[in-house]
Amino acid sequence: MMGYLLRLIGSVLFVSWIVGTLVFFLIHLVPGDPVAVMLGDWASPADENALRIQLGLDKPILVQYTEYLIGLTQFDLGQSLFFQQPVSELIAERFPMTLKLAVMALLVAVIIAFPLGIWAALRAGKWPDHVAMTVSLVGVSIPNFWLGPMLIMFFSLSLAWLPVSGAEQPYAWVLPSITLGTALAAILARMLRASLLEVLHEDYIRTAQAKGLSPRWVYGKHALLNALLPVVTILGLQLGTLLGGAVITEVVFDWPGLGQLLVESIQRRDYPVVQGCILVISIAYITINGLTELVYAWIDPRIRVAQ
Amino acid sequence: MLKYLSYSIVIVWALMAFAGFFIDDSANEVFLNSFLSTPSSDAVLGRDELGRPVLERVMLGAQTSLMVAVGVVFFSAIIGTTIGVYSGYMGGWTDRVITKIIDVFLAFPGLLLAIALAAILGPGIENVVFALVVVGWVGYARLARAQTLSIRHREHIYAARSLAVPTPLILFRHVLPLILAPLGVEATFGIAGAVISEAGLSFLGLGVQPPEASWGSMIKEGTRYLLVAPHLVLAPGIALMLVVLAVNLIGDQWRDYLDVRSRNTNR
Repeated sequence: MMGYLLRLIGSVLFVSWIVGTLVFFLIHLVPGDPVAVMLGDWASPADENALRIQLGLDKPILVQYTEYLIGLTQFDLGQSLFFQQPVSELIAERFPMTLKLAVMALLVAVIIAFPLGIWAALRAGKWPDHVAMTVSLVGVSIPNFWLGPMLIMFFSLSLAWLPVSGAEQPYAWVLPSITLGTALAAILARMLRASLLEVLHEDYIRTAQAKGLSPRWVYGKHALLNALLPVVTILGLQLGTLLGGAVITEVVFDWPGLGQLLVESIQRRDYPVVQGCILVISIAYITINGLTELVYAWIDPRIRVAQ
Repeated sequence: MLKYLSYSIVIVWALMAFAGFFIDDSANEVFLNSFLSTPSSDAVLGRDELGRPVLERVMLGAQTSLMVAVGVVFFSAIIGTTIGVYSGYMGGWTDRVITKIIDVFLAFPGLLLAIALAAILGPGIENVVFALVVVGWVGYARLARAQTLSIRHREHIYAARSLAVPTPLILFRHVLPLILAPLGVEATFGIAGAVISEAGLSFLGLGVQPPEASWGSMIKEGTRYLLVAPHLVLAPGIALMLVVLAVNLIGDQWRDYLDVRSRNTNR
């Protein structure tokens, strides 16, 4: 386990370095002068020079890169041009909101997917299966930037049950979580159905049935627990994906998270913030994926033995 | 029934995109005295906040999404498949290096990378295609590599090698045809993914720019008028959802057809 943890830390560091390098060179090597892009067409040469010196862009690129990497090791992501505040502070303010949204969406997904997937598997080939799978296909196909406005139109504007945006009251959490969680719910339901169907053909299920165990016991204990393993992995991997998908949902609902900060900073051409947001979301994604594998190995004794 | 419906939707999508070529500038013309008007005989799907006809703009949006989807899938499939097949066939350190690169690409969220690229390259349809190809090739590469690994020890390939057939020819003639089917399924789902991603980037303001139409940017503009003119969000949204749904359905059918196991157990 210790060795696995060390390898995980190693790979997080490695990929963080790659992502950091990629983002750095993308921003610096793109044709055109970033300073001119940031300041727009009407800036004076003197202003451009001042900003260039402030950003350290007057130095050779390798020096800039080294300074950037040294900064990263000290969690120094630079200074926001718009807020005049360290990027790391801005991100520390916003990140918990994005994480909360992703976890809520995951919860919504589990609450929808489990009954749907189990129902479909137990009635495979019959109408409940068709209904559940059609629902899940629609769920995969609805883009969240359309589902969000539709939910707002129905629940906020027509029925006036829930607020349109914001994150202050707990009510305001409902629609964003559903918007972000729906696609995942659909994927999970399909995975759970497929996994359960596979398990239901196993010999030990037949044995359990032959022993005269109640269906509840057979399905609930023997089948479901075994079918859950692949689903748990997907669940963890998807939490990372949700962090990325949250960008759009946050924009739809004006949710004060990292995704919104990223999009606003792109519009403001506040590149240090853009760089920081992408780096932090990527690192969070890699870390969560690594931790999922760790949990998976911990749940499933077979993997532990194999290692 | 569902099968025909999904193919019909895709055909309608293609026809709308084609018809988009014959729409003149009237689709971008501003008529402020009939802005946000509801569907009528004059404009079948109503007019948007600048008085532009929504139906024509949905058709232009269909064109944008089709072009992006075809471009993205075409380039990512070719690049990804070439790299994947080569990696799987060569083995050794070539394979190890390429696999590492694929792993790194898979290690961070695709949508975020596309957003970053589109943000840095600036808006525009070519940049959207480029960003989505950079993100998209990995899936094909991984699949093509795995498929190639499973067939590289077949006898006909040994036969070709012992006849000194050049490697590119072996890959093209003796490996590729055997792995095309699963790649085709992947490409079908890739179309659905590209349509959603293009609309998503345009929704964030990183895709095609006004006055060009995209379903994503139409939804974005429409959200400001949800209360008074819901048709602005409904029309492009329903079009988008139907297309993605239809393409996903077709992908599902092909996958089930190819999967011998599901053919035996489910039917």
